[in-house]
Amino acid sequence: MSEGTEREFLDARSLLCPLPVIRTEERVNQLAPGAVLEVRASDPGVLHDIPSWCRVNGHEVIEAREDGDEQVVVLKVGRDDDGGD
Amino acid sequence: MSRQPKAVALISGGLDSMLAAQVVKDQGVHVEGINFFTGFCVEGHTHAIRQKDKDKPKRNNALWSAEQVGIKLHIVDISQEYVGVVTNPKHGYGQNLNPCLDCKSFMVAKAREWMEENGFDFIITGEVVGQRPKSQRRDTFPVIADESGAGDLLLRPLCAQRFEPTLPEREGWVDREQLYDFSGRSRKPQMALAAQYGIEEYSQPAGGCCFLTDENFSRKLADLWEARGSKEYDLDDIMLLKMGRHIRPAPNYKLIIAREDGENRFMGGYRKRFHTVRDLDNPGPLALVQGEPSAGDLETAARITARYGKGRSAEQVRAEITPPGGEPYVAEVAPMPPAQIAEEWHV
Repeated sequence: MSEGTEREFLDARSLLCPLPVIRTEERVNQLAPGAVLEVRASDPGVLHDIPSWCRVNGHEVIEAREDGDEQVVVLKVGRDDDGGD
Repeated sequence: MSRQPKAVALISGGLDSMLAAQVVKDQGVHVEGINFFTGFCVEGHTHAIRQKDKDKPKRNNALWSAEQVGIKLHIVDISQEYVGVVTNPKHGYGQNLNPCLDCKSFMVAKAREWMEENGFDFIITGEVVGQRPKSQRRDTFPVIADESGAGDLLLRPLCAQRFEPTLPEREGWVDREQLYDFSGRSRKPQMALAAQYGIEEYSQPAGGCCFLTDENFSRKLADLWEARGSKEYDLDDIMLLKMGRHIRPAPNYKLIIAREDGENRFMGGYRKRFHTVRDLDNPGPLALVQGEPSAGDLETAARITARYGKGRSAEQVRAEITPPGGEPYVAEVAPMPPAQIAEEWHV
């Protein structure tokens, strides 16, 4: 587990959904609560799917935007007991 | 049990798995969802690639289901291990190359592994006895329970009352009286239950969520295996089978011709792996050439590709042919008349 202070980066370009979500979950599982992860992707679906995945799993979406032909989602890792109802 | 029981629910994105999770969650069980990526999922990929689908919603139905029920969802990549299920199914295929019974056993087995790793107590599926001809039958349910290793820890809330009580029922982790006795192909009981929960919108994959149930896709996959002489594939193969026009003029090579701009762009990413062909003089598709084409085969490929571009009526066009990761060269070719593209070449 790394400390949740520095911004981590995940390159999910050229992957099609749901693979960017899967890679995001794999990375988030290695991070501590409070860590910030920036995901860069090339499938427009991530702007829907990663925020949706964050909502159900208790992570906070800080930013979700287009950047030219790419998409950027920045999230903050929640605690283990966040998410669900 | 002194603590809250925990169940992992297989979530496909369809109504049944969503209801099964909801029913058990309503009994006070902590439920988390799991969704498996096999590479053959219908939703997602083709929408992301094809330009004409850009305005369609790109919702992931499994995530959407989890949001509706209010549970966490874990999407797990099993595409590598899944190769063995597709290429060598113990129980054979369904109508196409769909190994439904092996697939279900495999997924329940993966859910069991996840359950054990994460300290959960049992597994939920949305299966309904009699719903599916291959995998959801009275005689196949015990096969899935046994071969997955889940045994008595596999609960099917929508039809549980039709079977002997499972461990979660016997132990009182769930109240059997509040489970259901659905059976058969009718969707009415599920739709009524959905209405009871106020669920008005849901996808209805009913087996259509997997490309392996698709006749056209299965034919292309079978062609690929035949051409290779073995049942091998990787994720890129699967991606490419989902797009383009597939034309095999000879056993040793096949063209995949893009049908629109989105596919043109996506297929351009495979330039290092395959020969590519395009018309230099006119707007038209990019074509990938898979296999071991000779120089003559590549000229034929260029002629076929030109037929699908704006230069189809020209006497000659300049075709750019690029070897995998190599330098392009130009060949003058005559676009092939449609009548010369044999019907049986279309995969």
